[in-house]
Amino acid sequence: MLYVELVVQGLVQGSIYAMIALGLTLVYGLLRILHVAHASLFTLGAYAGVLITNASGSLALAFVGAALIAGLAGVLMYRLAYQPLLSQPPFVALIASIGLYIASEEAFRIAFGAQGLSFATPQMQGQVALGGGLQLSRIEIWMMVGTVLIIGVLAWLQSRTRIGVACQATVTDPQMAESFGISLRQVRDINFFVGSALAGFAGVWVALLNNLVEPTMGSVPSYKALAIIVLGGLGSVPGTLAASLVLGVVEAFGTIYIGQFLDRNAIAFAFLIVVLMVRPQGLFARR
Amino acid sequence: MDYEITLLTTMAISVIFALSLNLITGFCGQISLGHAAFQGVGAYAAAMLGKAGWPFLATLPVAMLLACVLGVVVGLSSLRVRDDFLAITTMGVVFLFVGFVRQQDWLGGEMGVSSIPDHGMGKLGFMVFGIVLAAFVAGLSVYIRRTWMGRVFNGIAEDEDTMRVLGIDVPRYKLAAFAIGTALAGLSGALLAYHLQFIGAENFGFIESITVLSMVVFGGIGSVAWVVIAAAVLSALPAWFQVIGDYKLLVYGGLLFLMMRFSPGGIAGLVRRVFAPGKAREGKA
Repeated sequence: MLYVELVVQGLVQGSIYAMIALGLTLVYGLLRILHVAHASLFTLGAYAGVLITNASGSLALAFVGAALIAGLAGVLMYRLAYQPLLSQPPFVALIASIGLYIASEEAFRIAFGAQGLSFATPQMQGQVALGGGLQLSRIEIWMMVGTVLIIGVLAWLQSRTRIGVACQATVTDPQMAESFGISLRQVRDINFFVGSALAGFAGVWVALLNNLVEPTMGSVPSYKALAIIVLGGLGSVPGTLAASLVLGVVEAFGTIYIGQFLDRNAIAFAFLIVVLMVRPQGLFARR
Repeated sequence: MDYEITLLTTMAISVIFALSLNLITGFCGQISLGHAAFQGVGAYAAAMLGKAGWPFLATLPVAMLLACVLGVVVGLSSLRVRDDFLAITTMGVVFLFVGFVRQQDWLGGEMGVSSIPDHGMGKLGFMVFGIVLAAFVAGLSVYIRRTWMGRVFNGIAEDEDTMRVLGIDVPRYKLAAFAIGTALAGLSGALLAYHLQFIGAENFGFIESITVLSMVVFGGIGSVAWVVIAAAVLSALPAWFQVIGDYKLLVYGGLLFLMMRFSPGGIAGLVRRVFAPGKAREGKA
């Protein structure tokens, strides 16, 4: 029974990772930038979620608001920070992104205090028994449902709509796409918007899960998300999804069996390094 | 006087640390986001040996050796992965280091290692020792850059594949860069342990890795003189301005971003652009 419980816990954690990492993959696939500041948008979404809920009392509004705010901030970040750096060697954008992230973490602390914010009335409380002694909180169940829904919608958008196909074409061959009349600028804007909105969305979920939003809440998921997109083979959406779930489960088992040697983050990165030694192109890359 | 001595010692240690990263990232073009882990290995090695009764000077080579061994292991992994993969792998190393140390009771665990014995040099003597070592490392950097090895490093940073085609044994040189750079990071760690007389895992985390990277970037990746200046100035900033002490990360993060956004070549690049505008274009970013 322990195994089943561990797997379920791992999948819950993995679905949080997936929501954060998917946005990152979208950005990486298009621009080849390791967008560390993605975590700032995750934290921004969480703050927006709590502030909107506390002000309006509506959780639904909070989700929409957080996704919108994070999405717009993402587009702004792309326009001001990344676009001018695209012609530079890749590490330039990476370091700029790290700088942006560290500064933003500090800015959150200055703006909202170090103690963090909580929901005025805790939302979506309660446990649900799944039979066989297995229990999950309502938030965890909705979060997994939400992840599946979002990924479904995203997959549908990518394969069935004009803009989705334009995105895919741009990823595969930017020059060719441009010569077919696709506006690179527009595609990149939309990509950043969607990816960042996902991060904002994930931020609200994590805020609900912990009932707490802190300035540093982005740090762990941000590094993990980077590890995940590497595991997933950089730029591959299905790979990212699989890697998120695998990492969630590996961590769940790892904390039980080797938890006395390494903490959760260290287990994740140990796994990453071992995988890269064996498969330098990532777990799920087709290369 | 005491205050100035402490400050100068801190600056000297930072200079050694930044130059050690400059060798790997600046000279050889191998990005490392986990450099603090190597400083940490040196610091812990020196601290534990010191507490076991070893004299201060005897702990230094061991600290360097251990950091170097870990560096070569990471370097070996850098042979398999490149660019973005390498950045993430090296970042992983620092999380691994912190996560490991925190769980080890014999290394002090969460509490860290306290009451590290005195180096027996006196504060002034230790400062002079640190500055001499920093000068030595700076000299070594300049020397390395002029040797055949330094030129190959530069070639690898510019275009690895071409170097391969030229018949250069690229892996060997990458490993050499990691070995030297991490050994020097271990040295700075040993000095730091004796300087602070207390160390914990949080002294060698991701933020510290980024702080040292920002020193290298701010000075100008690859430039020795400007990295020395940037490391000295940036390590002293929080002490000079109380305000910055409180907002240290905001300042570091902001500087890092602004520097990359407007002058990826750091101060060195900026100076080059002002005084030799014609040459600025070919300047390495």
